[in-house]
Amino acid sequence: MRISYLDNAATTPVDKRVLAAMLPYFSEKFGNPGSMHQKGLEAKEAVEEARKKIAKLIEAEPDEIIFVSGGTESDNLALIGIANALKEKGNHIITTNIEHHAVFDTCEYLEEQGFKVTFVPVEKNGIVNPKEIEKVITKDTILISVIYANNEIGTIQPIGEISKIAKSKEILFHTDACQAAGYLDINAKNLGVDLMTLNGSKIYGPKGIGILYAKKGTVIQPIIYGGGQEKGMRSGTENVPAIAGFAKALEIAQKERENESKRLVKLRDNLVDGIKNKIPDIIINGDLKKRLPNNVNISFLGVEGESMLLHLDAKGICASTGSACSSHSLEPSHVIKALGNSDEVSHGSLRFSLGRHTTEEDIDKVLKELPKIVESLRKISPIAK
Amino acid sequence: MKKSKQKWFYSEQVKEHFFNPKNIFRSKAEIAKFKADGVGMVGNPACGDMMKMWIKVDRKKGTIKECKYQTFGCASAIATTSVLSEMVKGMKLEDAFNITPKQIVEKLGGLPQVKYHCSVLGDRALREAINDYYRKTDQLEKIVTDSPIVDETLKITERDIENAVIEGAKTLEEVQQKTKVGVENKKVLPKVRELIKKFKEKHRIK
Repeated sequence: MRISYLDNAATTPVDKRVLAAMLPYFSEKFGNPGSMHQKGLEAKEAVEEARKKIAKLIEAEPDEIIFVSGGTESDNLALIGIANALKEKGNHIITTNIEHHAVFDTCEYLEEQGFKVTFVPVEKNGIVNPKEIEKVITKDTILISVIYANNEIGTIQPIGEISKIAKSKEILFHTDACQAAGYLDINAKNLGVDLMTLNGSKIYGPKGIGILYAKKGTVIQPIIYGGGQEKGMRSGTENVPAIAGFAKALEIAQKERENESKRLVKLRDNLVDGIKNKIPDIIINGDLKKRLPNNVNISFLGVEGESMLLHLDAKGICASTGSACSSHSLEPSHVIKALGNSDEVSHGSLRFSLGRHTTEEDIDKVLKELPKIVESLRKISPIAK
Repeated sequence: MKKSKQKWFYSEQVKEHFFNPKNIFRSKAEIAKFKADGVGMVGNPACGDMMKMWIKVDRKKGTIKECKYQTFGCASAIATTSVLSEMVKGMKLEDAFNITPKQIVEKLGGLPQVKYHCSVLGDRALREAINDYYRKTDQLEKIVTDSPIVDETLKITERDIENAVIEGAKTLEEVQQKTKVGVENKKVLPKVRELIKKFKEKHRIK
């Protein structure tokens, strides 16, 4: 049985071209970029080449790129690093109520440390109104952080508009663009952001690598101390193969994004329309237009997400739930709830995230299996209609 | 992508009960035909789990003849109710009443720590069903419950009222049709009205 992998927002397989770019840096060019001898220098060259390539792709300067261990660390560095660096100036941070946990939980941590955080609620369509952000700015606001494209519902936030507001008030603006990098413009100049988070594992690159773009002149206090790598911004020996792989992955993702978006929008819309036609009592979560081309998120009333997920898995379809019930917490998704849905609706949500290997065959398979699964689970549910 | 050997998150026992739940109701017709002696419901769709149990009792022997259920929830919630329905078949009511979550989890070959609460709901649903049987057969002295009692005359608990609301009763009259709360004991009615309002708000029922 062919596996239909529709969980590309969780992670993507490493592209063969990316793997090829990484392989020399495991056993052959294994040096520590901090060493002065030739093995060190050849590793250092790889890191600096990757830095240049990434900088060019997002229209930045090489020294505006900080390599870190992934999206989560990048978000942590942006938020905690800025908060600590600017705490004399102010103690207020603005974000939204649909952030990834790497931002959401970090903001909660900062609240415990005495900072004030305003979580601006999104509209029912899962998109924040920039005016609502403008309204809550105070003289103490030091940072605004808004996810570019949401990981659960794929809604795209008006980053350009928010950055104009931030600029006019001289407030730093950070965006987590991990989910966006494969499909949207991530040109830092166009977006007007001061800080941007990207990672490898969502764009067919390796896991365990990410960057924080930080505009020249942005003062950040490091969160990891040691050997002073990355100009002291991120100590720890550079993950050379992952850095080389990430640069390659980003290059491919940005080169292919427009064609890939067109292809996936069709498949995505077929999936949504098919589900709408075949399954009653559903709620489509998030705006259908201002949305990543690869994201489908639907709540099925009267059934719970994990049960659907595991039945789909048995049929060779990999999807994801908003409830994250099988992983670390039993809390229903804060993102689905932020759309004004009840806990019950949040518990019944299912995410399909399409990717480079998704074909019509995969969509047909979901449309064949999912209606049967939902029907059978509704039959045994005491709360289904 | 090629598929290697199917991997599975839970134990083999959970797998069996999840994919082939035993003794489960799949239609309203089956429920009507069963003519249950006792019905119990616990959980809360807001928490992502809701279980309803129906039992048939052998009145002479004081044992459970059959145990049926419906579950809204994750795989471990479905497996928990399924394995419990098998465990209690033929069991004395008193023994069934005292089944612990630990016993259920052991039968399932263990559950991840975060999922233990599913089994805690299973044993509670069963106790509610047994209590319901005691209530219907005038054995009120046997009712033991962890939910605050609203109506002493019939031993109606706050949970009974919450369940009635979840099942669609919106007014005092409708809740009384389902539970008989305050039908004799009229002085509890203000409290019941208050609870109906509270549970409607809790479950966002208009």
